[in-house]
Amino acid sequence: MRRMLAMTKKESLQVLRDPAALLIAFVLPPILLFLFGFAMSLDVDDVEVGIVLESDSRQAQSLAAAFAATPFLQAHPVRHRREVERLLVTGDLKAVAVIPADFDSLLLAGDGRAAIQIIADASNPNTANFTAGYLRGAFTRWLLAQQTPGRAEAGISLQQRFWFNPALESRHMLLPGSIAIVMTLIGTLLTALVVSREWERGTMEALLATPARVEEIIISKLLPYFMLGTMAAIGCSFLSVQVMGLPLRGSFPALLLISMVYLFPALGQGLLISTVARNQLVASQMAVFSGFLPALLLSGFLYDINSMPWVLQQLTRILPARYYVSSLQTVFLAGDIWHVYVRDLVAMLILGLTFFGITRLKFTKRLD
Amino acid sequence: MDTAVDIQGLNKSFGETRALEDVTAQIMTGQLTGIVGPDGAGKTTLMRSLAGLYVPDSGAVSVCGYDTLSQADDIHGITGYMPQRFGLYEDLTVIENMRLYADLRGLDTRSDSTLFDQLLTFTALAPFTGRLAGALSGGMKQKLGLACALMARPKVLLLDEPSVGVDPVSRQDLWEMVQALVDDGMAVVWCTAYLDEAERCQDVLLLDHGQILYHGAPGDLTERLNGRSYLMQNIIGNRRSALTEALQLADVCDGVIQGASVRLVLKEDCDDTPINAFARSYQATLVHTAPRFEDAFIDLLGGGPGGLSALAERMDVIPESEETMVRCVELTKKFGDFTATDRISFDVHQGEIFGLLGPNGAGKSTTFKMLCGLLKISSGAAEVVGLDIRRSPSDVKFQLGYMAQKFSLYGTLSVGQNLDFFAGVYGLSRAQRHQRIAEMIEVFELAPILERSPDDIPLGFKQRLALACALMHRPKVLFLDEPTSGVDPITRREFWTHITGLVARGVTVMVTTHFMEEAEYCDRVALVNRSQLIALDTPDNLKALVTDADHPEPTMEDAFIRLVEQQNRLMDAREAAA
Repeated sequence: MRRMLAMTKKESLQVLRDPAALLIAFVLPPILLFLFGFAMSLDVDDVEVGIVLESDSRQAQSLAAAFAATPFLQAHPVRHRREVERLLVTGDLKAVAVIPADFDSLLLAGDGRAAIQIIADASNPNTANFTAGYLRGAFTRWLLAQQTPGRAEAGISLQQRFWFNPALESRHMLLPGSIAIVMTLIGTLLTALVVSREWERGTMEALLATPARVEEIIISKLLPYFMLGTMAAIGCSFLSVQVMGLPLRGSFPALLLISMVYLFPALGQGLLISTVARNQLVASQMAVFSGFLPALLLSGFLYDINSMPWVLQQLTRILPARYYVSSLQTVFLAGDIWHVYVRDLVAMLILGLTFFGITRLKFTKRLD
Repeated sequence: MDTAVDIQGLNKSFGETRALEDVTAQIMTGQLTGIVGPDGAGKTTLMRSLAGLYVPDSGAVSVCGYDTLSQADDIHGITGYMPQRFGLYEDLTVIENMRLYADLRGLDTRSDSTLFDQLLTFTALAPFTGRLAGALSGGMKQKLGLACALMARPKVLLLDEPSVGVDPVSRQDLWEMVQALVDDGMAVVWCTAYLDEAERCQDVLLLDHGQILYHGAPGDLTERLNGRSYLMQNIIGNRRSALTEALQLADVCDGVIQGASVRLVLKEDCDDTPINAFARSYQATLVHTAPRFEDAFIDLLGGGPGGLSALAERMDVIPESEETMVRCVELTKKFGDFTATDRISFDVHQGEIFGLLGPNGAGKSTTFKMLCGLLKISSGAAEVVGLDIRRSPSDVKFQLGYMAQKFSLYGTLSVGQNLDFFAGVYGLSRAQRHQRIAEMIEVFELAPILERSPDDIPLGFKQRLALACALMHRPKVLFLDEPTSGVDPITRREFWTHITGLVARGVTVMVTTHFMEEAEYCDRVALVNRSQLIALDTPDNLKALVTDADHPEPTMEDAFIRLVEQQNRLMDAREAAA
């Protein structure tokens, strides 16, 4: 016990004296949160679109006005297609809606031929989809208003309602994800670095030649980072809720519990990496490729897991961050849904046990 | 005397390499046992096997009756182990390091601080307890490493190359400490590439290629060479060319420079008539001298490398000139309040080997770095090949070759790519680059290892490669910063053969070293201590400075220690008065 306390104390002192560790633990998290919270957004506001008005009819004018009135669009009326083509190529416009010269007759005919044409810049498919959707929506709404003047409220009206994130603010989805990123950095990257540093500097050799047991070495390595991770989780949550307006619909103890359980596989992965790598450069690369990048790209935080190829979907199953992101989104946006938590917690525990099990097998008190 | 360590038929391989082959030996308590051998002989593998860190492939090792395979935990409880580079946490203070190892060994320092206080007094670290281990000098790190290894009074103390990069004064302190431990009945195993250290051990295990070549008292081995060691004194002419020629004689097994003389070792059963004739050609006198352990070591390994440098043969002869190649005038460097070098002045002439010696932290490397244009000069002036460093630092860099400590090669590039890189850095034309690289590969025999990383080639090759890289642009002045730290005598001889050859072609060499044998190769030596130049003369004259009735024949190491201590006393007294 005394050996473990001594090593934990040593490890804590080292963390406090290591500028790089302090940077990762205390400076990086707020930067990441602000980046994801404010600078980066998946919402599309005020998209520049061109409206080519080839017809001067009253109906065509009215539709153009309807486009201009759509809140998410910034409409630029022009006369000819040629004018907008150039702007589309330069990227000044994201999409174009063409109201053709024979708009009125096409509308009247109603024989399935398109009355308007929508051209979108699909170099960013996400934005293209959004914009085309907005334009199509605006056209449909206008059409309904035209065909049933004064009777719109009497017929069937469609009202969309978005649950959990009613204002559709992507920040609400990104902030829980960025907490997962921060925890991955502290849990996996930092741990991978500190243990491999001991190998690199030859202190591990001295440590192995003392009566300290492997379990003691491992646990004393992890305790300070576990504390650091827990503190970071609390700090990040506080910042997200108080400063950036993220709702916390679940309970704080639940948030703390899932974060602490996530540290288990995250630390285990870091430890496993450093046991195999024994060199800080290799360890940090492995931590970034197996921890940070998957947490960023495959955890379902930026990209929906269900829309990934089958192989990648299967891969995410062994990714602790996936379960953590899922639980985090639940606790912040939905509330305490225990069957979701339990599923995620069990998955994280199993992964953590696996990492520790392999580490324990690989980590011997020998150099060969 | 009891057996502390029993090694029976120990074998250990790493992949294809057989690191230890059928090693059998006993190490006794109350004795200092040295493990010596050239680089890659298997010394560290043996040390780690004794510490229970390696599992033997076959055979067995027991320490105080405990088997390293099945009872490693017990062994860790009764042995103190200091790995290479001392195993210290550089971001913890002296006292924090000591507390950590005390706790790890189950020593309660709070209730009983006797051992703690003893160790602090013993290592003279008491005034520095609050200092970070990373900020300590090499000598102090070594003492702290020893203090940590001595926690909980081990029965067996294992020290792996404890004196690499440590100056002679600190080395002597360590010797005294270890001797005291041995007198108390501890078994101490001291692993080293330095043979003067082996000579002071009671028992020596000489390893080569993983096999024991010799096991016994060092004196018994040295005795075998009685009558075969000679000193060629009062040489008229160049002593270095005398050595080069002597090494080509069929009867000569080994030779080194020793001050103004040349030390020669004759092959077994050879008659001294040819070397007597040779000595006469230099109008020198040939006298018998007491053999040293190093003579015996080289003899046992089949003799040293020859005296000819294939490299030097290829170098252009730099025409003799009266020009001063390196000049320092009141050279000073300040880091904040701390003066790292204090008004140092000296001149180095063409074709000279000039040594810069001093304890760790004395200001040698700082002086060196200023001369190479790597550090800005605070005040004073310095010239290299007539160029003012302050005015034209980049022109200076084309005139000098610099071989840094630890060789500064790129581990992620192959040997060939390293050569290519350095040729490119010095701005050689394409044709020149091809020609020089081909030449270096040929003279240094690098062809078989071209595709390998410098990190996994033998030390001797690494050293050749580093030298090749530093010489790519045919510099007039060569700076060597601790070039042979931790290197075995054979590799070191080979290195000096090249240096001697280069100097014969007119290259000027400046060298820093902790290795006093190496200082003997220098024409003149500047001794730096506490940022000041305290002596500047030929090795023999420096030795003469400390010669008295008690020390009729001081070595270079004696001279170093006594001159440094004299100045320390002087400065301490001055500080006390002020």
